[in-house]
Amino acid sequence: MTLLAILGVLSSAIFSGTSLLYATLGEIVDERAGIVNLGLEGVLLVGASTGFAVTSVTGNPYLGVLIAVLAGGLMNLILAYLVVTRKANQLASGLTLMFLGIGLSALIGKGFTGTRITGLPRFLLPGLSELPKVYTSLFKFDFLIFLVIPMAILIWWVLFRTRWGLSLRAVGENADTAYASGRNPFLIRYQALFIGGLLAGLGAAHLSIAFTMNWGEYMTGGRGFIAIALVIFSKWHPIRAIVGALLFSGAVAFQLLLQAAGVQISPFLLDMIPYIVTLIVLLIWGGTRRQSAPASLGRVYQGTE
Amino acid sequence: MTVHQSSSPQPPLLTLRGITKSFPGVLANDHIDLDVYAGEIHALLGENGAGKSTLMKILFGFYKADAGEIHINSQRVAIHTPRDAHAHQIGMVFQDLNLIPAFSVAENIALFLPDLKQIIDPKWIDQRISEVSRQYDLQVDPQALVSHLSIGDQQKAEILKLLLSDARILILDEPTRVLAPHEIDALYRVLDNLRKDGYAIILITHKLLEVMNFADRITVLRGGKVAGSILRTEADQKKLIAMMFDKTIADVKRTVSVTAVDVSQPVLELKELSTAADGAGMELKSVSLKIHPGEIVGVAGVSGNGQKELAEMILGIEPVRSGKKVLFGEDATRFSVGEMRAKGVAFIPESPLQSAVVPWLPVLPNSILTRTGRYARRSGFSLDWAQARKDLAESYHRLGFPLPHFFAQAKSLSGGNLQRMIIAREMTFPPRLILASYLTRGLDVQSAVAARQALLEARQTGAAILFISEDLDELFTLSDRLVVLFEGRIVQEISPAETTSYEIGLLMTGAQVQA
Amino acid sequence: MTAAENTVRPSLLQNKAVRTMLRYTGMIIFALLLFGLILLLSGQDPIQSYKDIFTATFGSAYGFSEVIVAMIPMLITALAVALPSRVGLINVGGEGQLYIGAAFATWAALTFKDLPSWGLIPLMVLLAMIGGALWAFIPGYLKAIGLVNETITSLLLNSVAPKIVGFLIFGYWHSALDTVKTPNFVDAARLPAFFGTRIHLGLIFGLVLLAAFWAVMKYTRWGLEMRSIGGNAQAALRNGLPVKKYLVIVMCIGGAIAGLAGMVQVSGFYGVLLLNFSLSLGFMGFLICWLAGGEPLGILLMSFVVSVIFTGGNLLQLTRGIPFATINVLLAIALFVVLAQPTFSLTREKSK
Repeated sequence: MTLLAILGVLSSAIFSGTSLLYATLGEIVDERAGIVNLGLEGVLLVGASTGFAVTSVTGNPYLGVLIAVLAGGLMNLILAYLVVTRKANQLASGLTLMFLGIGLSALIGKGFTGTRITGLPRFLLPGLSELPKVYTSLFKFDFLIFLVIPMAILIWWVLFRTRWGLSLRAVGENADTAYASGRNPFLIRYQALFIGGLLAGLGAAHLSIAFTMNWGEYMTGGRGFIAIALVIFSKWHPIRAIVGALLFSGAVAFQLLLQAAGVQISPFLLDMIPYIVTLIVLLIWGGTRRQSAPASLGRVYQGTE
Repeated sequence: MTVHQSSSPQPPLLTLRGITKSFPGVLANDHIDLDVYAGEIHALLGENGAGKSTLMKILFGFYKADAGEIHINSQRVAIHTPRDAHAHQIGMVFQDLNLIPAFSVAENIALFLPDLKQIIDPKWIDQRISEVSRQYDLQVDPQALVSHLSIGDQQKAEILKLLLSDARILILDEPTRVLAPHEIDALYRVLDNLRKDGYAIILITHKLLEVMNFADRITVLRGGKVAGSILRTEADQKKLIAMMFDKTIADVKRTVSVTAVDVSQPVLELKELSTAADGAGMELKSVSLKIHPGEIVGVAGVSGNGQKELAEMILGIEPVRSGKKVLFGEDATRFSVGEMRAKGVAFIPESPLQSAVVPWLPVLPNSILTRTGRYARRSGFSLDWAQARKDLAESYHRLGFPLPHFFAQAKSLSGGNLQRMIIAREMTFPPRLILASYLTRGLDVQSAVAARQALLEARQTGAAILFISEDLDELFTLSDRLVVLFEGRIVQEISPAETTSYEIGLLMTGAQVQA
Repeated sequence: MTAAENTVRPSLLQNKAVRTMLRYTGMIIFALLLFGLILLLSGQDPIQSYKDIFTATFGSAYGFSEVIVAMIPMLITALAVALPSRVGLINVGGEGQLYIGAAFATWAALTFKDLPSWGLIPLMVLLAMIGGALWAFIPGYLKAIGLVNETITSLLLNSVAPKIVGFLIFGYWHSALDTVKTPNFVDAARLPAFFGTRIHLGLIFGLVLLAAFWAVMKYTRWGLEMRSIGGNAQAALRNGLPVKKYLVIVMCIGGAIAGLAGMVQVSGFYGVLLLNFSLSLGFMGFLICWLAGGEPLGILLMSFVVSVIFTGGNLLQLTRGIPFATINVLLAIALFVVLAQPTFSLTREKSK
């Protein structure tokens, strides 16, 4: 187990985990406002396929990222319409979004399977160029990777240090109290879902434009559901999500490391770990009754009188 | 902040004129007038259902009045939402406190600060909080999570919230219901200081003792109307009781039971039972009681003093923390609801649509929910609907109720018919213990009479009955023995012949506590 | 007012179930129109496409039989959601339960190769149901003791189950030729098929379950008790019903049914256990149940409709190069239209 191997795992985890972290941040924003977005997988797929298609057609990866971000926001607005305006059940609405995403992305990506694109350029942090080539190749990142941790901090700051964030969290805890304080829970939920969708779009963009630079149906491979588990694991806290995303995505890379060290663990078992850990963690924290989860998560807000 | 004299010749800060509000089936507020002055504690006194909460919710913007006007500083104002109420500097502390448990005190307060900046400055908020908490002795740790605070401290946080949101008119709904005695004193010290600084405080309460000690002005509501409004200096307990309960010292005729009560073997015996407090509920404290066959034990008290917990604890829903419950001589403390019912316990809950029936199921299925086993045939594979219908019809006949539509949905029944259905259901097979909770609440006269008659007949057959009611009239008429529940304790146990409704009224409002 | 008058039942049209069915059929038609629009936008001729689908599915006996084949597992997974919904439980764990059920059945198929069919099949059925029930027990129990909401736990377990199956296949069961699936089941382990089509015994299982579900709900004591728990759990508690017991048991039965769906697929349809064989069958069941409002007749109709759509999707992919995944859009539109009705509720109580 050489230093190189360990760094290799780290690099792999960072590459693969960036999209996961963006998606998780988006879902945290949604759930902090009280809405579970079960359709995150579909949102990611639409973002990934749209971004990829635009990049392929225009040759401009930045434009692709922009469109992917907007696509994510739009998808979440559909959820917002169902869940906030029509007061529909959040689970079923989320699943609808998932199916929509699977289907739409297949349509959008139809002509682009196997196409090559020039993805986002990668570069080193200044100061690291002195290191031998074999290390620097591991740590050439695109700007979305550099952006992700600051973004997590930004989301934390917005949620906990701004007036809007306070309102959002209040709606997620008790929409009636938020209403009593003069706020409009419906509007706030729309805003939260839109921002959450933008974040998910960023994650999707990274996946197809910067990481794999490829498109295939179902390419998100369950990242949406992993993100939902990750939200619980990180107790709805953006900073903890960073660690979680690293751990979760590192598990796959870690498996390669173990194999190199001669330890044989089935990849399936390793893949299971994130979910089992989340389940155990949920039980230990006393389930959804303690304040870990936003108190009104999943509840439909009916309004007064 | 200028200092106002209390009871000064200044015009009232807040005036309500002719406020009227009705809900389906009930006129909650009937042309209510109210004058509230700055620098005064104004107590709004009345039993439950008198209309106090409704009135205040209208003032706070949760409801819209059907008619009437609100004036602040002699200007007419329109209050349609809580936001409007905030704008007019009206703040309200609800019975079940409106704090977010997962937030800190500071965050809860920040939520209601009108001039909160876009980027929150925690230091600035803490500073504002310390200023006001020092000024009025409302010391709370701003960083503490609300869920970790005692109820008394939570209340302090709520009041801080109001003060910092620039409220000048403070409404407190039953603030001392869940406070310990020393916390009550602390609260009133705070209110006194606020009053001296010119705040107008409206106190919704049913506790006479506190009103007599702390209020400047008292308005009594009864049945949705203002029964009287007087200064504390002109008031005494007798006058207030008379206004609250529409009884002077005169008594009501009682019906005497035909069969003698068999005191040898009680049906139910409660031995120093206590339950745990559950959030906004009232905990029972060391309740001891015996109910004998052929006896109606009436439970008097203002709603919210433990009645719900008492009935549900006996039934087996509310867990017992300490003490013993004995049914027919057997220790039933850990019995499930099913076991209690199997032994002959019947339950008529206070909100039947919420607690007794499935709203969208028709009458006939609803009527067998408490004893599906009896009608199960072929080990449960089919139900004997014919027998069920027969039994139910017989029950209705015995009770003298007109037959219902067996296939009408429960939710489509009127209040009276729904209650009849529940009574018929519970009495299909003669129960041995009946727990009747607010049997006649919301019923028309005819239905109420029919319901009471049913209880009396059950008594004739030897059933023991626990009769919870807020109607002193019917309590005195029907009970063989009266018990008063106040703050989760039984404060009196006496025969109606040996007391007066005035005395009971006093006990219900905590004015006179007997050993 | 005589007793006889009081016992008149409401007419057929007033029957809530019938009205619901009519409403949803209307919505599906609307969705089909919208999807036709999407087809148009992607350069296809919607009318021709629908015609093709029609001829492929209804035009030939074989085509129709294929629709039925696709319908079988979804019918069963929908029932796996419908039963728990009657007590107010939301079973989104069908996906996981069906994998575990399939795994248990596969174990039996591979281990007891020498048993005759009339011994092996019932054994597989039993084991599949036990497996599914076990998988559903965890969320059910946690919900009953008030610890965790059953939705979150089911979802997490959904993701775990396929991985367990993968582990078993890779590690222990895989055939010599192929690491992603087991060796083909022996004939004794396969559900028999009929009339030269691929329709297998699973259809009978599904229809029997459907009829049983309808009968239990309508006629039996337990059906009434379940409906009253789902209709008003607070009242059920006070009326003396053993609510906690019901929650756990019914959730387990739901899981058992989903497990059976898994067995039916590997034994009747595939004849082998392969990785990721499900293609969202569990979620489809959930949505079919939603579309049908939990009513048995509706479930039959909706699973049929959905399988027509699925078969049509296959066809569109083969003949017009439209990705199969696209039919998910049609499904999503249908669901969207249904969900946008604010008074719709699966468990007939306020949305959670």
